[in-house]
Amino acid sequence: MKSLLFEYVLRLADNGLVLAQRLGEWVGKGPILEEDIASTNVGLDLLGQARLWLAYAAEVESSFAERGRTEDELAFFREEKDFRNLLLVEQPNGNYADTIARQYLFDQWHVLVLAELACSRDPRIAAIAAKAHKEARYHVERSSQWVIRLGDGTDVSHARMRDAVDGLWMYTGEMFTVDAVERPLIDAGIGADNEALAAPWQAAVRSTFAEATLDVPEDSWMQGSGGGGGKQGAHTEYLSRMLAEMQVLPRSYPQARW
Amino acid sequence: MNEWPLWEVFIRSQHGLAHKHVGSLHAADAEMAIRNARDVYTRRNEGVSIWVARSVDIHASSPGDRDALFEPANDKVYRHPTFFPMPDEVKHI
Repeated sequence: MKSLLFEYVLRLADNGLVLAQRLGEWVGKGPILEEDIASTNVGLDLLGQARLWLAYAAEVESSFAERGRTEDELAFFREEKDFRNLLLVEQPNGNYADTIARQYLFDQWHVLVLAELACSRDPRIAAIAAKAHKEARYHVERSSQWVIRLGDGTDVSHARMRDAVDGLWMYTGEMFTVDAVERPLIDAGIGADNEALAAPWQAAVRSTFAEATLDVPEDSWMQGSGGGGGKQGAHTEYLSRMLAEMQVLPRSYPQARW
Repeated sequence: MNEWPLWEVFIRSQHGLAHKHVGSLHAADAEMAIRNARDVYTRRNEGVSIWVARSVDIHASSPGDRDALFEPANDKVYRHPTFFPMPDEVKHI
């Protein structure tokens, strides 16, 4: 059970870590100064959450493994196949509509999963989720407003928003899967039942898209929904390149200090 | 993005009674201005309430009129309540 818990917390951690790194790529290049700062704030929120999850994962690992790794080791010295984030969050930034679409589709799930986890029987998970949930509520508020602005904006912004959603839609199914790692934790009241989150997520997305004059894409093949996705370590081509940049410094200078 | 109008931002701090001007920013409308103000000006726990106003809607006194407007108040100390001696019999002041 401890190793399942470790895997599960790692999944939560890696979603935040990877998405924070992606948002960090916008720093200094945002479409407008205010937006540059705002998206960086979201990235820092997610990084802060990732640190709390990673620190907990490290503790859990040390309770069953011969040698538990530290928070930094987990972040910077794991290979791509050992990362457990959703495929959605590792997708490249693209144009700003792509970034907003990725953010909204994730935020809308994140806020639901954190609300569930705030009631987890694991007190540490419940505490981290309760803190993160407040941040996520602002994130989804912000990203949904941008989806509406761009979707219900000009012809160009509408087309970009539509293309962004169409391109990312196949990565949304993975958020609602439950595998052998999660099932026992759900049964024990520790983990969130992702399958149960699909209906509220779809309802929220339909409502946002309606206001944004966007069509909800038709259901098609979902990447990773068969159990071989990011949560199991099978990633898209984009993650390894992102990790190369994220990890290069500590790997080149393992003793580096701030 | 030059077409986004400028907004002035006012923040009320945790213990402050009044909103104080903290700076300005660009936003397409009031809703976005408040959101941006939250992200730009309250990152370090500065406030509990935000006001925004279009910069063009704020009318200011002219710096050239400073003397005419404010100088006359300088020598009128009797406008301060402390100017007047209070009889000892008056309580609760």
